Amino acid sequence: MRQAEGQAGERAEDTPPFRLEVRDLEIRSGSHGPPVVSGISFAVRPGDVLGLVGESGSGKTTVALALLGHTRRGLSVSTGEVRLDGMDLLRLRPAGLRQVRGARVSYVPQDPSAALNPALRIGYQLQEALRVHGRTGQDRNPQSRILEVLREVSLAATPDLLRRYPHQLSGGQQQRVALAMAFACRPSLIVLDEPTTGLDVSTQRHILDTIRSLCRGYAVAAVYVSHDLAVVSELAAEVAVMYAGRIVEAGPAALLLHRPLHPYTRGLLASVPGPDRGGPLAGIPGQQPPPGHRGPGCAFAPRCGLALDPCRARVPEPAVLAGRTVRCLRAPEADSAAGTARSVSRPVAPAAGPPPAPPVLSVRGLSFNYGPVPVLSGIDLDVPPRGCVAVVGESGSGKTTLARCIVGLHRSWTGEMTLQGAPLAPSARHRPVPVLRQIQCVFQNPYTSLNPRKTVGQIVAEPLQRLLGVPRGEHTERVISVLEDVALSRRYLHRYPDQLSGGERQRVAIARALAAEPALLVCDEVTSALDVSVQAVVIELLRATAARRHLAMLFITHNLALVRHVAQFAVVLRHGQIVEAGPAEQVLAGTGSSYTAQLMADVPRLRS
Amino acid sequence: MTADGPATERIRRHQWLASVGSAVRTPRGAMGLGLAGFVVAVAVIGPLVAPDSPTALLTFPFGKPSGQFPLGADFLGRDVLSRVLEGGWLLLLMAVAATVLGVAAGAAAGISAAYLRGRSDGLIMRTVDVILAFPQLVFALLLLSILGPRLWLIVLAVGLTHAPAVARVLRSATLDISERDFVKVAELQGMRPATVMTREILPSLSTPLMVEAGLRLTYSIIIMAGLAFLGFGQPPPSPSWGTMINENRAGLALNPWAVVIPALLIALLTIGTNLLTDAVGRAALGVDRRPGEAALMDDLDPA
Repeated sequence: MRQAEGQAGERAEDTPPFRLEVRDLEIRSGSHGPPVVSGISFAVRPGDVLGLVGESGSGKTTVALALLGHTRRGLSVSTGEVRLDGMDLLRLRPAGLRQVRGARVSYVPQDPSAALNPALRIGYQLQEALRVHGRTGQDRNPQSRILEVLREVSLAATPDLLRRYPHQLSGGQQQRVALAMAFACRPSLIVLDEPTTGLDVSTQRHILDTIRSLCRGYAVAAVYVSHDLAVVSELAAEVAVMYAGRIVEAGPAALLLHRPLHPYTRGLLASVPGPDRGGPLAGIPGQQPPPGHRGPGCAFAPRCGLALDPCRARVPEPAVLAGRTVRCLRAPEADSAAGTARSVSRPVAPAAGPPPAPPVLSVRGLSFNYGPVPVLSGIDLDVPPRGCVAVVGESGSGKTTLARCIVGLHRSWTGEMTLQGAPLAPSARHRPVPVLRQIQCVFQNPYTSLNPRKTVGQIVAEPLQRLLGVPRGEHTERVISVLEDVALSRRYLHRYPDQLSGGERQRVAIARALAAEPALLVCDEVTSALDVSVQAVVIELLRATAARRHLAMLFITHNLALVRHVAQFAVVLRHGQIVEAGPAEQVLAGTGSSYTAQLMADVPRLRS
Repeated sequence: MTADGPATERIRRHQWLASVGSAVRTPRGAMGLGLAGFVVAVAVIGPLVAPDSPTALLTFPFGKPSGQFPLGADFLGRDVLSRVLEGGWLLLLMAVAATVLGVAAGAAAGISAAYLRGRSDGLIMRTVDVILAFPQLVFALLLLSILGPRLWLIVLAVGLTHAPAVARVLRSATLDISERDFVKVAELQGMRPATVMTREILPSLSTPLMVEAGLRLTYSIIIMAGLAFLGFGQPPPSPSWGTMINENRAGLALNPWAVVIPALLIALLTIGTNLLTDAVGRAALGVDRRPGEAALMDDLDPA
């Protein structure tokens, strides 16, 4: 990592030259609008991976696309250069750019199912990648070159695979095909935009291994864009942390993750859940300011506990300190304090002995089929009073189906379910109102779980009116008290969901569930659509509220790292069957089942 | 973005107002509003300012325009200007009534089919397919020739023939929305299906509803005028634009205005409503949003 001031000519003789150098890049909205990213400078050597880390809205994807000489519609590069082997990509004409893209710079998008053409066979798409740049080779059979490329990304290189269409491949295979296309022309630089988001942990692990070996093997410089610090720490030698359009801290991964100096980096690290530690997660309150609302000073100052007046007055210049560059006036003090800013490991209080009280929810022999396909078979589950049970599993394990059976969105399941001793009807339509009230659900995606045409006040009042029969006059008062429970003020009453951030939306969804005064809260992947710092805030909120209100909770998640932060009990699902169940620490220790042990081994961990 | 006065509050609640508001500020929308507004003004204010009785025989058949009769006379020697001014309001009223009827019936069928799924879906959509198999005008003529040309029947026939197409559009729009989690939440709060459809789903359908209503209004006008031309409309002495075209086409060479003016008014009205509908649809979908604005929105809301 070099600063913009570090001139290329001053480079030491023995280090290999940089493949990619970005200097002082600034991208604006429109030609005179507010800057979306500014002052971006970094460099990557052949064979190295740079992790570009930031939460949504930080501008990381905007920077990633600029590395290919591309800006999204309505954005334009105002200053700066992107040099690939010395050639400035931003000065190239469209024809020149086309020559470079795919051949010398390639891109792996986040969602391979959207990036591959669904109407063309895999073989044709791979061949196209080679043919466009005339790399099929005159002396070699193009087919054999394609098979070779596929072998490099560990796909079974059979002609059968080449005849398939993208939808006939799994998510992991699709991403491997996208990787194969990106590496096919032996590029100098590869830009990876969160390529493992949405993949299961074991698939993610394999993809990361493939990327690492290909970059080393072919001396490709890589920029890996991600919001996931744990993933980046597994792969990247250097890390640049972005916040509100600027790089706030950048340097060797080991240094940055072990001794972060910028308060934002520290907050981000404390927000990352760990599979091996329990205890509270410290989120970062507040939210990232959008372009145009970033103020004159350090954009992080409003959320920073250490901010002083000078911080708010002007943007801190990048300074080299303790082996990395950091944009923070207070970094020198943080450096001398030299404490590792990791949260203390304090596990969730384990339930003392076997739960004496009868369970709030008891499930026996639950099975569910989609047509002839069994989705769940023979599920037994107990949620003790005031306890939290985490249900973990990979995609397709049936965990969301289980949640839907419990809340009553599926009606054709078999087996027995009792809520506080009383049997539950299969479908919500057949459950009386007092029973509906007892089980409340928070859904995965806060962008679809709130009606966009209703205000927060109306949304939270709905259960009061329908489930509790509270008279209309008392609604506002009770809505405000519930909103305060989830740390939202009365100012939110008249806002619409599209005026809220993802974390705020999810808190409204939680408030709606709490308003019904349930006995059991079912949380279905409630944090998977949120940034890691927001995830930490929401998890802490759920935990505190559940304790205060004596709620029992069923926490469905694919993220094993979250389990010990929130739950005392864990259930591992695979192919619709329970692999293992018991106290969370015992299950996650991985001694009971080889499947759980493998899952735990594949979870990306912060390396510091 | 977060500071909301009471005025913006009302606009947010009724998003269609906002779409219409921004639509009329585009050239396309302003032009559409101008054309349609002009014709509506003629039809509404016309009866109040008409110089003569529309049914009185005042001069020679197909008399040329003169100072007393600026648009000349029709085939019976009645004042064309007065007949034009009187002959629009009923057509407009019937077209609007048929549109409201057709969109309401179609929306109810389409939303129910999509939300209830299963057997109801099959029943509703197969009925729709059967009705769609008849050409719209032929279906209306069939009904009218069996039951006789009554005005309410014309409205009913035109409205009902709109319903299937509206039902199809709203069914597909609803399919998407009824899968969203907020609908599931409403079900889990014990809401009855009818309440879920009207309270939770309907507000999100304002865009397709607006566009369909505009489109169907244009078709209604064309079909109503066409039926009047064919003799299914108001009974003879009373004036109507569609009827006038038919009555006076024999004298096209003698006094063209008796045909041209009603035809022109119908054309301007349909062009106007069409342009306005198009502009509203584009505004609601954000097609014409400035690129800078669009990119910023993407940046702020990645989901």
